[in-house]
Amino acid sequence: MTASARLGVIMLCHTALPRAAQVARFWLAAGCPVVLHIDQAAPEHDLAALRDDLGEQPLLRFSRRHRCEWGSWEIVRASQDAAEVMLRDFADVNHVLLSSGACLPLRPAEDLLAHLNARPETDFIESVAITHATWIMGGLSQERFTLYFPFNWRRQRWLFDQSVEVQRKLGIRRKVPAPLEPHMGSQWWCLTRKTLQAILDDPDRPRFERYFRRNWIPDESYFQTLVRRHATGIESRSLTLVKFDRNGRPNLFYDDHLHLLRRSDCFLARKIWPEAEKLYGFFLSDKPASLPPVTPEPAKIDRYFELAERQRFEGRAGLYMQSRFPSFDVAGTARTAGPYSGFSGFDHVFENFEHWLGQVTGTRPHGHLYAPERVQFHGGAQVWHGALSASAGLRDYNPYMFLTNLLWATRGEVQCFCFGPEDTLPDGLVDFMTHDPNASLSLITGAYLLPLFRGRPPKGELLAHIGAMQQREQAWISILRSRWVQARVRIWTLGEMLADPAPRLEELVEGMGGGAGLRAHGLPALRPIEGFDAYLAQLRDKGLPPAILKEFQR
Amino acid sequence: MGVLRQFRLRSERHIKLLRALRKSATLRARVNRTDRIRPGDILAFVTLRNEFPRLPYFLEYYRAQGVRHFLMVDNGSDDGTAEYLETERDVSLWTTQASYKSAGYGIDWLNHLLWRFGAGHWVLTLDVDEFFVYPFCDSRPLHALTDWLESQGRRSFSAMLLDMYPKGPVSAQPYRSGQNPFEIARWFDSGNYVIRRNPKYHNLWIQGGVRQRVIMAATPEKAPALNKIPLVHWTRKYAYKSSTHMLLPRGLNKVYDEGGGEQASGVLLHAKFLDTIMAKAEEEILRGQHYAGSREYRAYRETLARGQDLWCDWSSEYINWRQLEILGLMSKGDWA
Repeated sequence: MTASARLGVIMLCHTALPRAAQVARFWLAAGCPVVLHIDQAAPEHDLAALRDDLGEQPLLRFSRRHRCEWGSWEIVRASQDAAEVMLRDFADVNHVLLSSGACLPLRPAEDLLAHLNARPETDFIESVAITHATWIMGGLSQERFTLYFPFNWRRQRWLFDQSVEVQRKLGIRRKVPAPLEPHMGSQWWCLTRKTLQAILDDPDRPRFERYFRRNWIPDESYFQTLVRRHATGIESRSLTLVKFDRNGRPNLFYDDHLHLLRRSDCFLARKIWPEAEKLYGFFLSDKPASLPPVTPEPAKIDRYFELAERQRFEGRAGLYMQSRFPSFDVAGTARTAGPYSGFSGFDHVFENFEHWLGQVTGTRPHGHLYAPERVQFHGGAQVWHGALSASAGLRDYNPYMFLTNLLWATRGEVQCFCFGPEDTLPDGLVDFMTHDPNASLSLITGAYLLPLFRGRPPKGELLAHIGAMQQREQAWISILRSRWVQARVRIWTLGEMLADPAPRLEELVEGMGGGAGLRAHGLPALRPIEGFDAYLAQLRDKGLPPAILKEFQR
Repeated sequence: MGVLRQFRLRSERHIKLLRALRKSATLRARVNRTDRIRPGDILAFVTLRNEFPRLPYFLEYYRAQGVRHFLMVDNGSDDGTAEYLETERDVSLWTTQASYKSAGYGIDWLNHLLWRFGAGHWVLTLDVDEFFVYPFCDSRPLHALTDWLESQGRRSFSAMLLDMYPKGPVSAQPYRSGQNPFEIARWFDSGNYVIRRNPKYHNLWIQGGVRQRVIMAATPEKAPALNKIPLVHWTRKYAYKSSTHMLLPRGLNKVYDEGGGEQASGVLLHAKFLDTIMAKAEEEILRGQHYAGSREYRAYRETLARGQDLWCDWSSEYINWRQLEILGLMSKGDWA
């Protein structure tokens, strides 16, 4: 028997055997005995190449081969067999580490040896009572222990789901063999010789195995449960970093994760992409030992993967692109990238309204974005953020995405714009904005009359034009007053606004955080309306219905 | 989906595949090195005509990403394209003098080659002026992406076409063979794309960018489609429906999330607007082999010959894939 380090490493290998060999050599070089389990499915010539590659090694053993399908009992079987070889052949070993061929040590072997030597009685295994196991990704928790699982989840998904459904309906419940308390946790552990031997030599082992053989993913529960029966000092934390995605698959680590992995407080990480040349090159060299140590920040790693999950499942609000195209059915979710305000009629009532609004609120005031001739971007620009063109034709080709594009390209800056029934925006766009929590829409109804009063020629016959404007505005108002409105909506008649503009504008501006600006700049002047009453009388005499006229009268 | 609908789509796919077989009769293998293709190799499928100056950089770019073999159809080049390609050891070359237009703008030829050689491989279907950018392409080979896609059960990956252009008239900066075209065409439109969902084939129809903003501004509905699905884990049941804009079966076109999340996606940088476009436009108008009477090329000639600058105050200068991600043109999804 050869003298060895007090740590033995079991590696369950499946594919990418040259990488496994590389890692095995790392442990062997540190004097750690290694037992390799090579999956039955690995081709013979790969295995032969691996044996050639590693050569004669006094500290190396191969254990009996099994076909380890994902989540199958054979994985436990392979671990047991390899552990037996390890305990039998290497008497010096006090801790046994279970790892895979895709695990990569993140720190020098000496660090791990020192860590374990300082804790000779401690078992490192994540073992969580199932009543608290909320961390399980995409699957069953309690039911793993109480149902039968004769079908393979990966290959026979339909049968698997059906059998679960049927058992639920029939109320089938398996009994957990006494006195075991079901626990679960990461498959990758590091146990003491004492505990491991006790698990392997348990007089009830056949009875327990009969039970676990039919469990779902027993590799995450067999040792995790039995360790509670035999261990004296459990540290319920795996020494191996594994990040699962929402489907319960481990995330791969690539070369660009090098700096992230250096921040880990674990001793190993999985799964490493086999072609991650830089990772293997770095962590298996003497560099981790020679470089100044990095303060572990495991939270950083968690955050990195959480952000990715969030991007996949929530995405960036207000973004419409080739791989994110949300339908609008989901009520209450933002349809745009940021807050914005639309004002109808205000520019007809107040002098220089947009300019004043920008000054007071610090937002970006545009003119009529949907003016018939061209887009009135702030300052009359021909093109805006995102290379949005001021061409009316391009805007009207898809008026919805014109708005969402503008708000996406200007995120971080609040956009304000004027609109009105004389513009080309479709009614559907008003509906779109009404159901967008980012929108606030303020309307002075009937203000479309003011340009006519000031001499702008109507489109077609005057009364028909007014009628069309009025109809359009009424349609908008019924949208804006419908149920399920998400936008902040304010509606005044022209008469109301002219009667007492100050408190109404104050309310608006306060709502946009412009209180201080308002005190500095004051209220905008009203545009002249002398003779408006006479104009209204004229319209009445031409035959405008009194119901419409009511809107305008103070 | 109704049974009838399903049946119609299926026969449409079969017709497409049969048509590919029929049109392939005009293909002559000039160099066939497909025996060098190994299982798991990533393959590129390309049709081209008179693209000699572009080829060195094109091949270099995709070799570096990990494309192992190029299967190319040369449609009657007379500038030495075929002579150049036949000396490249990872290229198999077919030639044809037949009509590009009547071969579905080349897609029938490629569907046939895909059927013969693509099955079981991840394949990229490209034009020589398209340069694939995907998440982490500066640190991970293409093979890492396809491995991951496979582990996620995905069969296709979208990459929107992003038109790149120079500042100043296109003819002002001549392109040297072998040069990175994006040293010249460094600019793009970042946020003026419009999208519609195609209810029949379930793909998104994307338009916009510089071609819509400048060249097709008067007729935005005629601006070219920018949605592309160039990367597919091919089987013999698949067929491109029209160019690489959409596929059959249509499930392959579902490369986007409708619940608010983001699928991973990439971008095809489009190096169309180089000085070479003027000569190309003249030639293609004469040949009349392009879509809608080579309308697009006519528009190029009219606009670009006037020395029209494609650049505007809000053009963005290309940096890297992360920039495109932040701008929302592509996404890494949950590929962390």
